[in-house]
Amino acid sequence: MNEYVYPILLGVISGTLTRMYMLRTDYRQYPTHLHGKIIHIALGFIAAGLGTIAIPAIMEEEFTAITFLTLAASQFREVRNMERETLSRLDGLELVPRGATYIEGIAMAFESRNYLVIFTSLLVTFSYLVFNFYVAIIVAIVCFYASRILMDGSHLGDIVEVEPFPIRFDGAGLYIDNIYIMNIGLRSRQEQIMEYGMGFILTPKSFDAQTTISNLGQRQAILHDMSTALGIFKDSGNPALAPLAKRDLDDGRVGVFVLPQVKDEEKALEILRSVPTLEHAVRMPTESKANKKGRKLK
Amino acid sequence: MIFEKGILAAITTSPRKVPSGIAVFHCDDEEELKLVSSNLEYILDGIAHEVTPDVFIIVKH
Repeated sequence: MNEYVYPILLGVISGTLTRMYMLRTDYRQYPTHLHGKIIHIALGFIAAGLGTIAIPAIMEEEFTAITFLTLAASQFREVRNMERETLSRLDGLELVPRGATYIEGIAMAFESRNYLVIFTSLLVTFSYLVFNFYVAIIVAIVCFYASRILMDGSHLGDIVEVEPFPIRFDGAGLYIDNIYIMNIGLRSRQEQIMEYGMGFILTPKSFDAQTTISNLGQRQAILHDMSTALGIFKDSGNPALAPLAKRDLDDGRVGVFVLPQVKDEEKALEILRSVPTLEHAVRMPTESKANKKGRKLK
Repeated sequence: MIFEKGILAAITTSPRKVPSGIAVFHCDDEEELKLVSSNLEYILDGIAHEVTPDVFIIVKH
């Protein structure tokens, strides 16, 4: 036993615990089956190990040991590829697919979570070695919460107003307010849709939000989350019963049409508001130089 | 060949309104038109769209 054993142990433990804590937020995004959990906790443990040995290595003047961290980086990029591949393959079998943008977002989250674990264990070991055990514990707790905050991206409710809206048929055309959704020819289908369908209108709060919700990947994510949380009145071979989200070209509002199994308006609104805004869908047109100089976009 | 999107069939009571080149189902009245459309929707995994009241098409999306 040398003076590094306890700091390293504490670093590894706090890193692994951070990963386990962050695994809880995966419910919507990933099947939290036992095997999936084990894979991610094991990788979190490895990440914690890699992060924690960096400081003792420097103290022992083993500077080349730092290059191990590059190994970690490539290893966790591999995790991202693995998640992307798995989810993409499974996506073809979903009644309402997640879409490539959502999958990329999830894969990215998995990669970045491992980096957060590395930072946590690195800081904890560092503070144990420089200060003492108690400071290290405080640092671990701070890292714990910081990781939680960093993992929690923004939600749809932050950028849009969500309100329920009745659906209606005008001839064969299905509408939510004045937004055209699709053409349904058969009367029996129209009756099913009127019975089970629900309509919502998302009104963007800013020009940036308008561009974000116009992204097809973001809209697919909304439909997927709604259909996962509330169930869906649809089966294979029933393409007419498809949830859809369409834009109003005039003002950028988005009409969301879903066919939930559970027709609970309150719940639906809550789910809509908590759909993550995908990093790859977020656009900031108001940040462009042209907009800053000239007439502001509203 | 993977069929991305296209008209799989047309069902009509006015045959001269439907272009050639696709499977056309001629019907005597509106009731038969709806019945045939409904059956074809199930069989072809497409959506029955109403173009005009006397012309329905089955589209794969």
